[in-house]
Amino acid sequence: MKNSVMRFGNITVVGLKAISRNKMRSFLTMLGIVIGVGCVIVVVAIGNGASKAIQDTINSLGSNFIMIFPGATSQSGAKSFTGNSTLTPEDADAIKAECPAVAYVTPNMRTSAQVVAGELNWGTSVYGVNPDWPFIRSWNCSDGTFFSDSDVKSATKVCVLGATVAENLFPQGGAVGQTVRIKNVPFKVVGVLDRKGGNTMGQDQDDQVIAPYTTVMKRLAGQSKVSMIMASAAAPDQVQEAQDQIEALLKQRHRIPPGADMDFMMRSQEEIAAANNQQMSVLRTLLISIAGISLLIGGIGIMNIMLVSVTERTREIGIRMAIGAKGRHVLMQFLFEAITLSIVGGLIGILLGAGGSELVKNVLKWPIVVSPSSIIIAFGVAAAVGVFFGFYPARKAARLDPIDALRYE
Amino acid sequence: MPFVIEIHDLTKVYSLGEVEVRALDGINLNVDQGDFVAIMGPSGSGKSTLMNIIGCLDRPTGGTYKLDGVDVSELNRDERAIIRNAKIGFVFQSFNLLARTSSVENVELPLLYGELGLARTERRKAAMDALHRVGLQGREGNHPSQLSGGQQQRVAIARALVTNPAILLADEPTGNLDSRTSEEIMGIFQKLNDDGKTVVLITHEPDIAQHAKRVVTVRDGRIQGDERVNQIRVNTQGIAPPVPVEARK
Repeated sequence: MKNSVMRFGNITVVGLKAISRNKMRSFLTMLGIVIGVGCVIVVVAIGNGASKAIQDTINSLGSNFIMIFPGATSQSGAKSFTGNSTLTPEDADAIKAECPAVAYVTPNMRTSAQVVAGELNWGTSVYGVNPDWPFIRSWNCSDGTFFSDSDVKSATKVCVLGATVAENLFPQGGAVGQTVRIKNVPFKVVGVLDRKGGNTMGQDQDDQVIAPYTTVMKRLAGQSKVSMIMASAAAPDQVQEAQDQIEALLKQRHRIPPGADMDFMMRSQEEIAAANNQQMSVLRTLLISIAGISLLIGGIGIMNIMLVSVTERTREIGIRMAIGAKGRHVLMQFLFEAITLSIVGGLIGILLGAGGSELVKNVLKWPIVVSPSSIIIAFGVAAAVGVFFGFYPARKAARLDPIDALRYE
Repeated sequence: MPFVIEIHDLTKVYSLGEVEVRALDGINLNVDQGDFVAIMGPSGSGKSTLMNIIGCLDRPTGGTYKLDGVDVSELNRDERAIIRNAKIGFVFQSFNLLARTSSVENVELPLLYGELGLARTERRKAAMDALHRVGLQGREGNHPSQLSGGQQQRVAIARALVTNPAILLADEPTGNLDSRTSEEIMGIFQKLNDDGKTVVLITHEPDIAQHAKRVVTVRDGRIQGDERVNQIRVNTQGIAPPVPVEARK
């Protein structure tokens, strides 16, 4: 046992010496693996980062969050909602009044408008909601206050500005108390929202204006259908219950016979997250397979160089055999060389991947999550590639005839 | 005195398609322990084939070959590798040292493959001793490209010696050397032979063969002549100091 361990040690010495004698070639051989492993790590880090950022955005909706859209799902997919929405503000009120598992509900109607303040103007989205909105979105005013139920009842011309809008219309600050004109209708600014920053889809969440839905209906949109109803369940474990109650209520209100298609659809935060997860996993699989292919090409590079190396060193193999190397020794030597090349290449690739990830994070400001599992898998695959692609050249070397090998010029 | 090499009715037949070539056609040869035998013959005589079989690089088609009392004619690849490592020290015409590898590491090489399982320091010491025996003190760290042809051949002889083999098998060891250096190398073989080492020398040059004690002539796969000769002695006193290093290649 001691003997065989010692001899394996000797083979590693022989292999390491062979690698260090050809530093440039060894480096070029490794390059494929270096790039492959580096790619896997960076690509997975970018994918994970994007996935996590989107997940964070979805999670920030709150775990109780439920959205109700007009339109129906049919066999052919979702029908998009147009001007003739099937949901009304009264549906929202009814949900609030009759569904005990629902804590907050607001209708949500969206319109785009140019917002003018003095000399400055800013094109943005205007959302008509009720005072439940800050509770559903867990989003408060940094300045001023959100409008009240009485503002909704009397359709007061008040609004709350997103941070970006406030910044652009009132660069000096002091937006609260000022008047802005939306589609020529003067609105009094009662509050400015906390800054949330961009979401990962590239939208600036602070680029919006919030107003009572009644005001938006009467003054801006000119119609009484809502684009979406947002609700939140009383507790995270009541989401399903709330969805069931809302569904039953809306079916009854819309007079939908049992078994017929519904004219609305509902999504909980969990469902959105799950759908997103599925999309991301498709994306991740795609990225990993591309990186995997580059690893494979790296492996073929190793096999190529090892085959050249075996031919080039035929005489060396002959010498080694003449002085007593067995086929097994030669096989082990070349296999060890291939594995060492791929492992060292893998290690350099890990450093490169980690460095590249940092670079992407710091220079491009992308969200990056380096996952340890991607490092371990990339490294494992690199080592396996070394064994797999190193074996054939090594066996070729081991099977050489010592007489022919010695005569090889 | 026991025979270190016992060859009985040895044949080697190569079949090239339909044609059979009898490279060796019934060789009988015994070599005493401590002898110095030169095997002579023109190219095509079968002496290279004989050397390959004596060196356990190849297997005979028929007949028996005992090396150091062991019948090696039926051994497989790995078993022959063990015999080559333990019982045979090869010296080649073109030195066959590993490039970009120091002298001492070249000499250590057979010990890496051996069954002895020597520790690192033991290997290094054995390699140093072998280099000193061929007069290469101070050249241990040089790579082959930093040594003259004669020095390279001495490293090769040291490598052949390091496992303390039963025979030294030299295949045209002076073929790539000038006459003065050839003398030096033959002097080293004589010195090692004087110390008791059996030497088998393959050559086609008669004046080199005259440095041996016994000359066996091979022609057409058969032994044609076998005689004791008056050995030309090389004065070994003058050969020890190494030649100044010259950058080659």
